[in-house]
Amino acid sequence: MERVKGRSGMGAAGRGWNQLPERARTLIPATILILLAVLYPWYHENWLAEFTNVPVIINFPSVSTAVIVIVFVIMAVGLNIVVGYAGLLDLGYVAFYAVGAYTAGWLASGHFQQVSFHFGSAGISRDLNGIHVNVWIVLLAAGLLTALAGIIIGLPTLRLRGDYLAIVTLGFGEIVPVFVRNGDNLGGFNLTAGTFGINPIDSPGFGEGLNGAWGGLPVNFQQSFIREKLFFYAALALLLITLFCSVRLRESRLGRAWIAIREDETAAAAMGIPLMRTKTWAYALGAFFGGIAGAYYASFKSGAFPSEFYFNISVFLLCMVVLGGMGSVWGVVTAGSILAWLNVEGLANIGTYLKRQTPLDFEVAKYQFGIYGVIIVLMMLFRPTGLIPERRRKLEMEEGVQDESVYGASR
Amino acid sequence: MNVFFIGLTNGAVYGLVALGYTLVYGILQLINFAHGDVFALSGLVAFSVLSGKFLGITSDDSMVIIIGALLLCLILTMPLFAVGNALIELVAYRRLRTAPRLAPLITAVGVSFIVQNVGLAVYDVEFYGATELLPRSNAIEIGSFAYQWNKLIVLLIVVPLLVSLTWFVRSTRQGKAMRATAQDKDASAMMGINVNRTISVTFALAGALAAAAGLLFLLQFNMRYDTGFQLGLFAFTAAVLGGIGNLSGAVLGATIIGLIEAFNEGLRWGHPLDGAWFFPDVGAPSDWTRAVIFGILIAILVFRPEGLLGERTAEGT
Repeated sequence: MERVKGRSGMGAAGRGWNQLPERARTLIPATILILLAVLYPWYHENWLAEFTNVPVIINFPSVSTAVIVIVFVIMAVGLNIVVGYAGLLDLGYVAFYAVGAYTAGWLASGHFQQVSFHFGSAGISRDLNGIHVNVWIVLLAAGLLTALAGIIIGLPTLRLRGDYLAIVTLGFGEIVPVFVRNGDNLGGFNLTAGTFGINPIDSPGFGEGLNGAWGGLPVNFQQSFIREKLFFYAALALLLITLFCSVRLRESRLGRAWIAIREDETAAAAMGIPLMRTKTWAYALGAFFGGIAGAYYASFKSGAFPSEFYFNISVFLLCMVVLGGMGSVWGVVTAGSILAWLNVEGLANIGTYLKRQTPLDFEVAKYQFGIYGVIIVLMMLFRPTGLIPERRRKLEMEEGVQDESVYGASR
Repeated sequence: MNVFFIGLTNGAVYGLVALGYTLVYGILQLINFAHGDVFALSGLVAFSVLSGKFLGITSDDSMVIIIGALLLCLILTMPLFAVGNALIELVAYRRLRTAPRLAPLITAVGVSFIVQNVGLAVYDVEFYGATELLPRSNAIEIGSFAYQWNKLIVLLIVVPLLVSLTWFVRSTRQGKAMRATAQDKDASAMMGINVNRTISVTFALAGALAAAAGLLFLLQFNMRYDTGFQLGLFAFTAAVLGGIGNLSGAVLGATIIGLIEAFNEGLRWGHPLDGAWFFPDVGAPSDWTRAVIFGILIAILVFRPEGLLGERTAEGT
């Protein structure tokens, strides 16, 4: 997991850098990046927020934008497990996002008015009907349920060849939104509230539990609970956990099995790797992070709406993985941050800037998916290994491997 | 009975698009995601040709003029999209022919979005349709069943196209080259077949069929830049249902998909009066059409990936 920068070896500084132990060469940039991210709300508030007329991007992303960016990066890292590590093209990742968001909707809102169930929910009156479970538990439940969904989707389909698998996942990615859009009348039972979506969804209630337990914290401490900031730190913590799991998984026995399957399925099977079980694990774990991110996002926005779950989101996430470099965690995080920011406000801002500064009347945001399409095609044609290539993947792409599956060959 | 013919008509349009998927898959083993969007764009271009300043056809013109205009439109759009589709192959897929299989597939998804956005840039988000162009009077009427002119024209165009396609693939030199390339690219290259040209011809054929389908769809329904995505998936389902790579299979599969769609929407099986004794009430069935069709797609891929007219090898016959 060396960083390419560290191997440039230019000048004395470069040589000194190369003499550092490999562990340090990984840890130092990672620590700097994490510190920069953790301090973001602070220096955004005190410094970046003052710039309101930056060239091209107009302003720096606000903290709540950063929350959305982080959520999408978590999903991209999850998708990277499926597409990057195991080499299974998943075009229906949005289904996992939807399952996660709707789990949050079911377990932490007043959607089921028929029942009243409270479990550790913070800041919710006991008199309210509906199921109100503590949001942190809901996140875990959403992850597990989504992983289960991943297994259910995966078991029958994973024996298919790569391109058939892609189309089946795409089918699931289409069925799930149709289901949530029409799920308001399943034999008279309202499961998903149809096009209206489920809202409001409970907040995690940061500090509310603490407040209640101590019989009221000091007022000035209560006022420091700024919603966006707390959501930001919690999202960052989730992202770091995801990244840690993702990196450790790659080094694990399972991760090496994924990479072996990606490189040559037949050889991997011959070496005794159980193909189906290993692939299903990739699906389940990839889905798990998608579910957590979906549930967290639903809680942040306080709602789950069917209009958000459409095919383009799957392609958008795939674009992050392709741009960053399939299999490269750091690449996916970088590309994911940039693209997610572009999606939330960057493209709109650039469009406004272009309109203001040039005679060009071009709505950039309208063509966002065309732009992603161009990015995907250009990357695949000219730099298929991504911005920050994983070394192993690069070798694979350059030397070329046979990725005909055993099932494909036997048919 | 009327439902049956609606299904047959829609199935014919799906069939033309499905043939495009199956031709390309047969020769390159590539799911050309962009195909549905090429179809949608061709429909929009056909609208421009028919209406407005270019031909300015309205439903007031006489039947002969309208049919002449439709044919002229086909003569214009089919070569245009044949060249367009071949260009897509040249630019986006040719370089990746030796790359791992996922690479061209991902590229195809990207191309799909690019084509879609070309449509968006030129035609914006409006819906276009020429549904009023052909009279809805009955062409054939026997007892309770009737077949309208605007549906009959679909069959009148699709059937000759299918016949000539079959002739092309079966009997011409280029058709034989296509079948040979589908079987084994290296061996055909050794036999002196120009593989690159053959693949370009295949893409051109697919593009021309998509352009015809675009015009026919335009006569039945309103469409806009992103219509092609869903219809493309339906057509792909049809191609898989019939056995991908198999030309007659694609037509058969498309007919079945068209019928399923028509019966699903026409028979109101979820409606309290019709089907509630058996099916639970789940709202309007048309809301579920997509789920039903993709459910079929998944079921086929899982249980019988070689399709109805199952062939062991993907071959362009």
